[in-house]
Amino acid sequence: MSIQVKNIVKRFGDFVALDDVTLDFPQGQLVGLLGPSGCGKTTLLRIIAGLEAADHGQVFLEGEDASKAHVRERQVGFVFQHYALFRHMTVFDNVAFGLRVKPRKQRPNAESIRRRVQELLELVQLDWLAARYPTQLSGGQRQRVALARALAVEPRVLLLDEPFGALDAKVRKELRRWLRQLHNTLHITSIFVTHDQEEALEVSDQVVLMNRGRVEQIGAPHEVYEQPTTPFVYSFLGAVNLFHGRVQDQQLQIGADHLPVGDSGFQPGAEALGFVRPHELDIDTNLADHTGIEARVERVLALGATARIELTGASGGTHRHYEVELPRERAAVLDLNPGQIVRLKPARMRLFAPDSPSAERILPEGSMTGIYGEGI
Amino acid sequence: MSRSKTHRVLPGFPLTLGYTLVYLSLVVLIPLSAVFLKSMSLSLEEFWAIISAPRVVSSYKISFGISLLAAAINAVFGLIFAWVLVRYHFPGKRIIDALVDLPFALPTAVAGIALTALYAGNGWLGQWLEPLGLKVAFTPLGILVALTFIGLPFVVRTVQPVLEDLEMELEEAAASLGADRGQTFWRVILPVLTPALLTGFALAFARAVGEYGSVIFIAGNVPMVSEITPLLIITKLEQYDYVGATAIAVVMLVFSFILLFLINGLQIWANRSRVRT
Repeated sequence: MSIQVKNIVKRFGDFVALDDVTLDFPQGQLVGLLGPSGCGKTTLLRIIAGLEAADHGQVFLEGEDASKAHVRERQVGFVFQHYALFRHMTVFDNVAFGLRVKPRKQRPNAESIRRRVQELLELVQLDWLAARYPTQLSGGQRQRVALARALAVEPRVLLLDEPFGALDAKVRKELRRWLRQLHNTLHITSIFVTHDQEEALEVSDQVVLMNRGRVEQIGAPHEVYEQPTTPFVYSFLGAVNLFHGRVQDQQLQIGADHLPVGDSGFQPGAEALGFVRPHELDIDTNLADHTGIEARVERVLALGATARIELTGASGGTHRHYEVELPRERAAVLDLNPGQIVRLKPARMRLFAPDSPSAERILPEGSMTGIYGEGI
Repeated sequence: MSRSKTHRVLPGFPLTLGYTLVYLSLVVLIPLSAVFLKSMSLSLEEFWAIISAPRVVSSYKISFGISLLAAAINAVFGLIFAWVLVRYHFPGKRIIDALVDLPFALPTAVAGIALTALYAGNGWLGQWLEPLGLKVAFTPLGILVALTFIGLPFVVRTVQPVLEDLEMELEEAAASLGADRGQTFWRVILPVLTPALLTGFALAFARAVGEYGSVIFIAGNVPMVSEITPLLIITKLEQYDYVGATAIAVVMLVFSFILLFLINGLQIWANRSRVRT
């Protein structure tokens, strides 16, 4: 079933949680709502579920306006970050709850409830725990029970609010893969909220990036990662190096150094911010050429398939930090030592105007140093 | 006890256990056994004659019956009270929260006089109730009012912390699964509150059975109608019938024990999902 939200606005006091959000969630897809905490993603999910009322705007479920419908009537399965299992009920009773509270006419008989619950528990691979109480289960098992419980009522959509947020890293990874497989078998339209970009990119068919109550970008995981349309998306989805300068003759002029940018579409003399991922930077030990940024090697970390090199800007007096990822072989050829002066040359760079609204959000005022998100 | 060498931050297990046992003996066990011993001086027939006298039997009914009823009323309204205090924010909430403890702190005689003054035929409330055929002061109904008054804080204070721990998400989960308000309350909220509610009920009941001060003012103390068992014990004492007084005291003690045991059993049953972990 498809879900649409139109012009959703939600305020908590002076805080604008959602600022005119319009989105279309296509049938049968698993969509990840991704963003930093406080960006409004959970609020949007709760508004779709009917747990929260929007100040303005509409929610359409299967094309029909559900904005006024109560949670109970929307037939949405909701999975909470902290499971929200009924702790006085066994696993079986938890899963059966949705079937047992149906009006008498629609309620299946005890035998078909038993069969249905059994099926669901097998689906989440927990049929052997039916008689246990939630407190006797691990976090990962609890969340799977919560999912089985939500699926019991055959919801039209499945909404998951940071479903793996309370679990440790290893279990998260397992459950992530498992959720993806489950979605491949059930094909139920699902939206899940997360602040973990790795999770969103790995699990979703579509990623919706949100920041400050607005949608920044929508796209398939590889699209948003490869072609970020805003500085926010660029820096949120992985580490990034920032170069601040002026565009001049198809070059980005930074102090005495310059970087080739090709035809950027910027006015000559305009200020611009260049975004480069660590693996898109190369290091040149030949200092004669003025192309590339001069930097001093601080640390070389050769772990696994890539070597990570941390550097600081050598010119201009400001303390800019850079991060470069090179293949091990390339790093071995360069044979870098801490303290050595080198030049950084981007293989690819994206330019953004520094006064674009998204750019100013991610940059602390006055500082134009390189920023790093969590590595992906 | 095990003599393992585990180090604790605060040592002194033998000392504290010894203190606990001595204290318990001095304050609780010795006085209680004295009651039993004193009543032993009676022959079985004499004992039975005292405790089964019609006036005494009717006082049991009044004492235990009305105490149970008062505790039940408090369980219902105490729950509502705690719900309002936990779930809603309104001006004056902290004052109301503090007022709940008033029956704890108020000398019972003060409560008795205040209630009697209110509900007597010429009191503020009594003058309106009596023409309606509702006589409160000097009737069993008056006892109920007094016992409800003193028992309220017990239920509120035991249920309140459990309600504070109860996540709203449970209600949201129930609603998203299609449960209506009634189903959410009866199947999701109440079972979680039941152990605390039973504890509050037991405390309010125990307090009501032992209550003397506030009741004697409002009850009217008419034999066979509104005379509570503690008052009978006092009456016997005033007549220097110490043995008779202790005989009735023994009955109260045994009754109270049995009832508290039953309530404890209920609590264990209600707590079964947590006990098994």
